[in-house]
Amino acid sequence: MSKARLMQGNEACAEGALAAGVRFFGGYPITPSTEIAEGMAKMLPKVGGKFVQMEDEIASMGVVLGASLAGKKALTASSGPGISLKQELIGYAAAAEIPVVIVNVQRVGPSTGQPTAPSQGDVMQARWGTHGDHPMIALSPWSVREAFDTAVMAVNYSERFRTPVILLMDEIVGHLREKVELPEADEIEIYPRRQPGCTPAEGYRPYAPAEDLVPNIADFGNGYHIHVTGLIHDETGFPVGSPKVTREAIDRLHTKIEIARDEITHVEEYCMEDAEYAVVAFGGTARTAYEAVLAARQKGIKVGMVRLITIWPFADQAISDLAARVKGILVTELNYGQIVNEVERAAAGQCPVELCAKYDMTIFEPEEILEAVESLVAGGNK
Amino acid sequence: MERSFEQYFRQNRLPHLWCPGCGNGIATKAIVQAIESKGLERDKTVIVSGIGCSSRASGYMDFDTLHTAHGRAIPFATGIKLANPELNVIVITGDGDCTAIGGNHFIHGCRRNVDLTVVLFNNNIYGMTGGQASPMTPTGKKATTAPYGAVDPVFDACRLAEAAGATYVARSTAYHVQHLTSMIADGLDNKGFSFIEAMVQCPTAYGRKNKMSDPVQLMMWMRDNAVMKAAWDKLPEDKKQGDRFPIGLLYQEAGVDYATAYDHVIDLAGGAAK
Ligand SMILES: Cc1ncc(C[n+]2csc(CCOP(=O)(O)OP(=O)(O)O)c2C)c(N)n1
Repeated sequence: MSKARLMQGNEACAEGALAAGVRFFGGYPITPSTEIAEGMAKMLPKVGGKFVQMEDEIASMGVVLGASLAGKKALTASSGPGISLKQELIGYAAAAEIPVVIVNVQRVGPSTGQPTAPSQGDVMQARWGTHGDHPMIALSPWSVREAFDTAVMAVNYSERFRTPVILLMDEIVGHLREKVELPEADEIEIYPRRQPGCTPAEGYRPYAPAEDLVPNIADFGNGYHIHVTGLIHDETGFPVGSPKVTREAIDRLHTKIEIARDEITHVEEYCMEDAEYAVVAFGGTARTAYEAVLAARQKGIKVGMVRLITIWPFADQAISDLAARVKGILVTELNYGQIVNEVERAAAGQCPVELCAKYDMTIFEPEEILEAVESLVAGGNK
Repeated sequence: MERSFEQYFRQNRLPHLWCPGCGNGIATKAIVQAIESKGLERDKTVIVSGIGCSSRASGYMDFDTLHTAHGRAIPFATGIKLANPELNVIVITGDGDCTAIGGNHFIHGCRRNVDLTVVLFNNNIYGMTGGQASPMTPTGKKATTAPYGAVDPVFDACRLAEAAGATYVARSTAYHVQHLTSMIADGLDNKGFSFIEAMVQCPTAYGRKNKMSDPVQLMMWMRDNAVMKAAWDKLPEDKKQGDRFPIGLLYQEAGVDYATAYDHVIDLAGGAAK
């Protein structure tokens, strides 16, 4: 019997988070993310978990961080205006190293924007939305099944690196319905909550990094009497007003992600074996870009697609390698031009990089991208 | 034995950063003495605070402690309590932290009746940032951002808590330290949202601007103006005017706390055994 189900991206995201061990959700309704909250409200109590609808998105972030500190894997979901409100405590999670996943089902901004229309305008906000220097992991699925898989991945990364992870969905994938077959529980790898390696009597320091530079911070209620703060702190967890400790603390936050960068930076290639040109795309837009690539192939254009699954940290190496082997790159994104700057930076002048941008509520038509590919090729052959 | 409260402090984090004459130490000690009197298990007690002078108290207390962001202590505390209801969760907050930036979280925390004990250290001013007006700076009193006297009417945080759904509401002062301790201790007993306003003197930021820079003066003011609830209720309306304010248990009501209410949801959903 086939286990295939017709499912929406937002539902798959909720299912994925649950499968990864999320047992707490705090949120506030906002289109086009609401189905995630609704799904969690229904499913969590069935597995003994808890759902709470908070008074706003700031509180939603606070409540999930509290739950995470008390030992529960925690999720929140929102969109544009709500994600803006969450920024304060996303920074707190980065600084205090609290595992949490924030889903952003992107819609058109700025401000209230176009509440029901798709966008990929929060790429840079995902990276830099909260103040100060901080690392960030952001993943962007292109299908319903991948919404499930990246939700699992996001929860695992948040636990492994003890850092906030943003699941950067878009309305296209969030509201897309596809037939999917989800993996069985025993097929899913789960990263468990990290546990302290020694007791307080043995000199436990909650923020002392393990070998992978990530600290094994005790959950509240286990007798460790730890202190957690958003102030810059040393390995004891207590604030220190020292330039050296400050630099070291910020260095470690970055380095713990940096040393795992290759492993967590996922990109996929399509039709790239003999490609002379490449389209770089992510999320729902990659679906159209892929159509356009196939259409271009029909016309004899040697073009392929590189799809970013991990948005942050950026796939510097993959794009640099790509730029070295193709004659031109076309970046397609549903915004005024954001990831294109990263692609240009990584390409470092090895080949031309062009932008195919759209920010008018509508998704790309394959023809629009095909046209842009043709113009890139024409430019390259000039 | 009478200094047994010292065991609840992280001796290596002391001395504290509060100014000489500050009332925060008195209120903090009242909290640990309340904890001691109720015999709360220390490993199962979490102290959560916001940002401000008052919120620095958590760092000195030997429990699991969480110093959150400005105004956000109650949402974090809510998450801790719901994630692990066996923990006793105590929140320390300031008048600005609780009623300005955290005002919405405060009223919704009350409304949900989450089983938290929230102690507001009310020094009538933004202490940490150097003496700006808070929603609890009395109208007409001076602050660095109210150089001609505060224009705004004040919040009565206790009445706010009561109206919003808190199930235990009390007020005391740093002068009435035994009373304050017992008000907090009774709050710990209440299974629901307990709110205790602890009036504390701030000679540095509030007193100095308002011709009361001697902490003793500020404590005398508390002594002279605080009226026990029972006596307050018998006062004619015209005697309730001016600086006078009631202290004691102001409101109490039976109610189902949020975690217990949610257990019912888990039952309905069939997840109880999970
Ligand atoms: C979002 C944010 N806004 C402003 C501040 C600056 N700030 C720090 S403490 C504080 C006021 C504290 O006053 P109160 O809550 O009354 O506590 P007190 O210091 O008097 O104990 C302010 C405005 C901040 N840390 N975060």
